[in-house]
Amino acid sequence: MKKYLSFFKLRFATGMQYRMASVAALTTQLIWGLMECLAYKAVAEAMGGRIPMDYTSIVTYIWLKEALFILFNTWAADNELFAMITNGDVAYELCRPVSIYSMWFSRTAGARIAEALMRCIPVLFCAFLMPRAYRMTLPVSGVSFLLFLGTLLLASGITVSFCMLVYMLSFFTISPQGWRMVLTGAVGFLSGNIIPLPFFPKKYLSLLELTPFAYMQNVPFRIYSGDLAGAEVSRCIIKQIFWLVTLMLAGVVLWKQAEKRIVIQGG
Amino acid sequence: MKFKENMKLYVKYAAVCTQGIMQYKLSFFLMVFARFMIAFCELIAIKFLFSGLTQIKGYTYGDVLLCFSMIQMSFTFAELFGNGFKVFSGMVRRGEFDRLLLRPCSLILQVIGSRFEVGRTGPLLTALVTLVLGIRHSQITWNLLTVWTIAAMIIGGMFLFIGLFMLEASLCFFTIEDTSLMNALTYGAKEHSKYPIDIYGKGVMRFCTYIIPYTLIQYYPLQVLLGKTREWYFAFCPLGILVFLVICYVVWQFGVKNYQSCGS
Repeated sequence: MKKYLSFFKLRFATGMQYRMASVAALTTQLIWGLMECLAYKAVAEAMGGRIPMDYTSIVTYIWLKEALFILFNTWAADNELFAMITNGDVAYELCRPVSIYSMWFSRTAGARIAEALMRCIPVLFCAFLMPRAYRMTLPVSGVSFLLFLGTLLLASGITVSFCMLVYMLSFFTISPQGWRMVLTGAVGFLSGNIIPLPFFPKKYLSLLELTPFAYMQNVPFRIYSGDLAGAEVSRCIIKQIFWLVTLMLAGVVLWKQAEKRIVIQGG
Repeated sequence: MKFKENMKLYVKYAAVCTQGIMQYKLSFFLMVFARFMIAFCELIAIKFLFSGLTQIKGYTYGDVLLCFSMIQMSFTFAELFGNGFKVFSGMVRRGEFDRLLLRPCSLILQVIGSRFEVGRTGPLLTALVTLVLGIRHSQITWNLLTVWTIAAMIIGGMFLFIGLFMLEASLCFFTIEDTSLMNALTYGAKEHSKYPIDIYGKGVMRFCTYIIPYTLIQYYPLQVLLGKTREWYFAFCPLGILVFLVICYVVWQFGVKNYQSCGS
């Protein structure tokens, strides 16, 4: 009996370890979000009526960003895939009678969505319970919530297909970590992770709207709070679909190139 | 004598680590460039935010640039010298730390020496440019006191972050796993102290003074630097970080004493 008890204790302790880790992660995210809210409150006070995005929309934007950050974090790509590419295990993947691109795409998307679903619930729960000035709001209408879900899916698709490009480029270099950092380094800024895109000066914003980065988290988060509405929404959805298809095609083309010249070293 | 020997050893450690990294030159330069770029993006974000603003709670664009650059520098130096503490959980898990315990040599020296990473210097260039921009934008009256204040803020900040990394490492003695809780105190602080701490309100100010003394290296000396106060002795607040470091060291020592190897 004693040995079973100790097995139980062991597993329990391991479980608690993970619980501690997730409580810690949640606390970190809440502190982070709250600090951002406080900073934008000061910004809103200083800007007054000239603010390009109203304060409650910003607060909601911040909490959505915290809750779903894993969906849009291009840096947190699948490390196993990078390891496979560098250590040659990718040879096993090549033996399977499936397309590498589709397999890796679904694998990355699945992992991200599962983790985001798990992480977003406690963050959102707390965000709705914050003091009034820092509280997340409900979506402006049922329609905008549905549009939010749809564009969220498209936006994560764009992010994953961007990550796929990074994977595919790693086939062309021996040490992918450096390239990976350069390629993903600016994405956070360009997709509105540091400051929401409405804060960008008009000139730069119109340039940015020619790239896929403006159609990542920027679109769904602003639809949710009603900051993005009307004809603008349908235009954004069309561009999202355009970029999703373009990036996926680019990824497939790149893969065809990589497949031709792939060299498995060692093993 | 002991100190001199330790310094020599540290330099040797750093040289060996650098040599190791330099084996992958392209990767190294790309990483330095990427880190520079990430910091640069943050600078641009501040510039964009201030394109519609003249001041936040009495602080101008130049003042914020000063805060941003100094905290970037402190953090970068702390990462450069204290990287060993940051990757410490891995050392404990792999049992490498047990090996360090056997050697007749300072533990801290071994921990920070063995993981010296030159690639961390990427954001320094951004920080330096920003510092110059910030100094030009905000009218600082130059005298010995202001020079001291700038230096003390940067160096004090570095020691503050090293102390925090040390606390983070000490936690590993008890939890083994990496906990991200400390990230809020290290990365979070780097991220959010680009604005003077008092814009966040009274609650945050209290936390940042009595729990983790960020205000000692930012808010108080900054007031002297910007000529917002007559209390010249605020410039010497960064010295208070020494007390904080001693506390971190005591925690670390307590951890080492109670360390039970985790095998493997």
